[in-house]
Amino acid sequence: MSTLTQANDHDHDHKPTGLKRWFFSTNHKDIGTLYLIFALTMFFVGGSMAMIIRAELFQPGLQFVDPQFYNSMVTVHALIMIFGAVMPAGVGLANWMIPLMIGAPDMALPRMNNMSFWILPFAFALLISTLFMEGGGPAGGWTMYPPLVLQTGAAFPFLILAVHFLGISSIMGAINIIVTVFNMRAPGMTLMKMPLFVWTWVITSFLLVASLPVLAGGVTMLLTDKYFGTSFFNAAGGGDPVLFQHIFWFFGHPEVYILALPAFGIVSQIIPAFARKPLFGYASMVYATASIAILSFFVWAHHMFTVGLPVKGELFFMYATMLIAVPTGVKVFNWMATMWKGSMTFETPMLFSIAFVILFTIGGFSGLMLGITPVDFQYHDTYFVVAHFHYVLLTGAVFALMGAVYYWLPKWTGYMYDEKLGQIHFWLSTITANILFFPQHFLGLAGMPRRIPDYNVQFADFNMISSIGGFAYGISQLLFVYIVIKCVLGGKKAKALSWEGAKGLEWTVPSPAPHHTFETPPKLTKAMLEH
Amino acid sequence: MKSIFQKIIVGLVLLPFTALADWGLNLTRGATTISNEIYDLHMLSLWIVTIIGIVVFGIMFWSIFHHRKSKGVKPATFSHSTTVEVIWTIIPLAIIISLAVPATSLLIKMHDTSEAQITLKATGYQWKWKYDYLDEDLTIYSALDEKSSEASQRDSGINPMEVDNYLLDVDNLIVLPINTKIRILTTANDVIHAWWVPALGWKRDAIPGFINDNWAVIEKPGIYRGQCAEICGKGHGYMPIVVKAVPMDEYKIWVAEMKAEQEAKKNTSGMVLTMEELMTKGETVYKAQCLMCHQANGQGLKGAFPALAGSPMATEPAQRLGHIKQILNGKGIMPAYGEQLSDVEIAAVTTYERNAWGNDTGDIVQAKEVAEARTKK
Amino acid sequence: MRNKSKIKRTTLSLVFFTVLMFGFGYALVPLYDVFCKLTGINGKTQRVVELENQQSHPSDRWVKVRFDANINGDLPWTLKPKVRNIKVQPGKFYEATYIVHNNFSGDVVGQAVPSVSPSVASLYFMKSECFCFVNQLLKAGETQEMLVRFEVDKDLPEGVEDITLSYTFFRVNPDNS
Repeated sequence: MSTLTQANDHDHDHKPTGLKRWFFSTNHKDIGTLYLIFALTMFFVGGSMAMIIRAELFQPGLQFVDPQFYNSMVTVHALIMIFGAVMPAGVGLANWMIPLMIGAPDMALPRMNNMSFWILPFAFALLISTLFMEGGGPAGGWTMYPPLVLQTGAAFPFLILAVHFLGISSIMGAINIIVTVFNMRAPGMTLMKMPLFVWTWVITSFLLVASLPVLAGGVTMLLTDKYFGTSFFNAAGGGDPVLFQHIFWFFGHPEVYILALPAFGIVSQIIPAFARKPLFGYASMVYATASIAILSFFVWAHHMFTVGLPVKGELFFMYATMLIAVPTGVKVFNWMATMWKGSMTFETPMLFSIAFVILFTIGGFSGLMLGITPVDFQYHDTYFVVAHFHYVLLTGAVFALMGAVYYWLPKWTGYMYDEKLGQIHFWLSTITANILFFPQHFLGLAGMPRRIPDYNVQFADFNMISSIGGFAYGISQLLFVYIVIKCVLGGKKAKALSWEGAKGLEWTVPSPAPHHTFETPPKLTKAMLEH
Repeated sequence: MKSIFQKIIVGLVLLPFTALADWGLNLTRGATTISNEIYDLHMLSLWIVTIIGIVVFGIMFWSIFHHRKSKGVKPATFSHSTTVEVIWTIIPLAIIISLAVPATSLLIKMHDTSEAQITLKATGYQWKWKYDYLDEDLTIYSALDEKSSEASQRDSGINPMEVDNYLLDVDNLIVLPINTKIRILTTANDVIHAWWVPALGWKRDAIPGFINDNWAVIEKPGIYRGQCAEICGKGHGYMPIVVKAVPMDEYKIWVAEMKAEQEAKKNTSGMVLTMEELMTKGETVYKAQCLMCHQANGQGLKGAFPALAGSPMATEPAQRLGHIKQILNGKGIMPAYGEQLSDVEIAAVTTYERNAWGNDTGDIVQAKEVAEARTKK
Repeated sequence: MRNKSKIKRTTLSLVFFTVLMFGFGYALVPLYDVFCKLTGINGKTQRVVELENQQSHPSDRWVKVRFDANINGDLPWTLKPKVRNIKVQPGKFYEATYIVHNNFSGDVVGQAVPSVSPSVASLYFMKSECFCFVNQLLKAGETQEMLVRFEVDKDLPEGVEDITLSYTFFRVNPDNS
């Protein structure tokens, strides 16, 4: 929001200036921007941890870090990427776009919105500070399984506190989104007229308020087990360490969809815009998203097939897991059918969306394979799993988020980004991410366990390839920062309708979107409500 | 640009099928009936998803090439078709059922609870495995072998490429008979571990306070290697599993030999060694058992594992008995070694710790003193 | 549309739901116990019978019961079953003895946790006497015999031929070492 863009604002468009604008902001666009900047920062913090991991795994032997520090890198990388990068980026987009898409002046609970953002930096300061404490940071994996996590040193209470803060922040954000969508829609914007991005965020928000409190309960039990003598997970006191895994994954599996559903929404906005054709099967998209969300509460134990469940339990969770492939398949087919007989152009947002569809589907394929219990006994806790969830979360969620940034950047800044650079960034990201993660399938199948700092020489070649891909991917993302900054500073002026085929209320306001929009509800025409 | 992209994707998807199993790209058939059936199910699902992938991505790319604005295509306006939507709900469902059926029968087969001829218990420790042959009264402790352990130290100066079976070799392997139903129980001493030998076809978590079970009938003699598969702290990557499968008669000979060897080890309290002998033996024991936490230089790790170099425990004369007793009985997260190590081994490692890294106490601890410490109040 | 009281109502119901789900996290603890009792998952031997039913006739089947012993962490004890395994007839009570010895030069309190494998068998494994889940004090160098009386239910599914009863002793007073 440079002075240049402010020239576009009319006199009635008041906004506070300086630090006050950002610290005390209750404006959904400003808070959205804060979320997005924070997420990008965390993406690089978590990414540099990934670089340390890949550097250590570049060749066999221990070159750079101690195994304990390696484990804490693995742990903190996951926590930062999940809670610090992907989730806040999604919430940032929701903040920016949902009021614009439903014709609301702001979020329903603007002050809570401010608080839910400003909790985040404190939570991550807590978490990252543990790396410098005696005994090191948390190193038991982001899954925090007891009894191992109870061996964490001084970092332990900070870890639990940070998780609580992150949970509270996300829950507040989720409540805000639901309340906004339920109460603030412009007249005529019925639920089944809402853009799919709004739908996926409503469903995601319900997942958040249903699953995060359970995690909060679980980590509180860890805390009382360690310091107050309870034995929820302590076998000696009649507890059961496996109970924590059930609680964790009751949260953990919906969490996966919390990361993925907004990406589905993004792609469902972008593909119709660049295919210049309405989204295929809008209603089935909504139902498929909802059924994925509901199913996600009944599959958690597929993360723990090896703990020794009774055969009936393993069968139930296998069937439920495989069933998720059906609604997910429906979504992929719908995107395909949206492209079919469209009039496509391939600007950067579209490229990222197409790559998302393909690469997320590859992640879905390995997910289906992992869901088959007897074979999972081989795949479980190997690099096959690492490859799987990075396909789903990096080339899945992160690719969609980047596509979203390119898609809406003109609306945010008032300028078109540099298309050529955008495409270069896309190709670099796609190629390097595949070099990074595809060989990890092979490593896993060949028998390399995950979360190990060193490995047998038979795994050397693919690890080196993967590391090279990793470094290249990491460096490529600097280009993204450059493109975004360049676009904020200037460029080709963006029209209100920045993309020829884009549909939705957000394209009816000027670019950049003024500080205050839809202060009186827009009069919706039929054309405006087309998906 | 697009065609390159397509080639990369198609190439990457097809890569696992081009008979590259020798290059460590794929699951292996393993050594048991179960592992073979798992391999077949894995290949079935891999083929199914690959074919789906080729069809779906193929259609998509066809559309990407032909339905583009630059070719002057006017966009169609259709936005749903119930028939098509029903079809592409039913087809995936059918595919899933075709995968679920063999998966179910294999899973039920794996949960076989009939009587086993041999029962082996694997107990996970931070960071080694203890094996109890429950029918034989035989216990084997199995930790990372010395060569891997040395080479895996930071800045060890040893190239892992030159170490045989780097990180996949142990000091004491376990032997199992072929063509015999073996029940393998898993449990743990401290945190959760997971016992995994890929050639046997499964992994099973080892959870403290609980006993899990699985079974195997090994069909081919050979040496099968595996690793701990559940993060269990800093030594997680350093607790391999080595199983040697041999014919039954050889197995019986091995059991008898091991028992005799352990019997001989038990009565070491009378052994008297020189300082040099104790230091050499002590260093070996230290490297195998203590180095992971207390480090090669005896400095430990700040905040996690105390230093031995210069510590009161390993230098003060008054602490001599306490030192021996802590090795015997353990304390906190330090495990007890009383059962695993013989008197002379504990004597040697105590001597080593009291004289290495500049501790230079000159103390010589003999096996007799350890034997006495075992019973002393 | 922008009805303040409606917004308040939606917000409060969502906050209430959040609190409810936090409670549900805790409710999973007893729910899990119920679930374990129903499925035998985690192999805890849940069933303790108060009175031994002497009238019932044992079945003709023979099942092998194996006794296993573990010591957890730094507890300086040794635990061994007197006999490694016995053949039992479902429907009849049997006794087994474990020998516990304290190797330490001081009093130590431990507590045993039982586990049965395969997990399906734990549903059919009943004990009338057990030394588990209570604090056991062993004086320095003391040896004790501990008794377990058990019966395998006659309804034990066909195909289960090999049951392992395992005890793990945990240290109760970690500070007293």
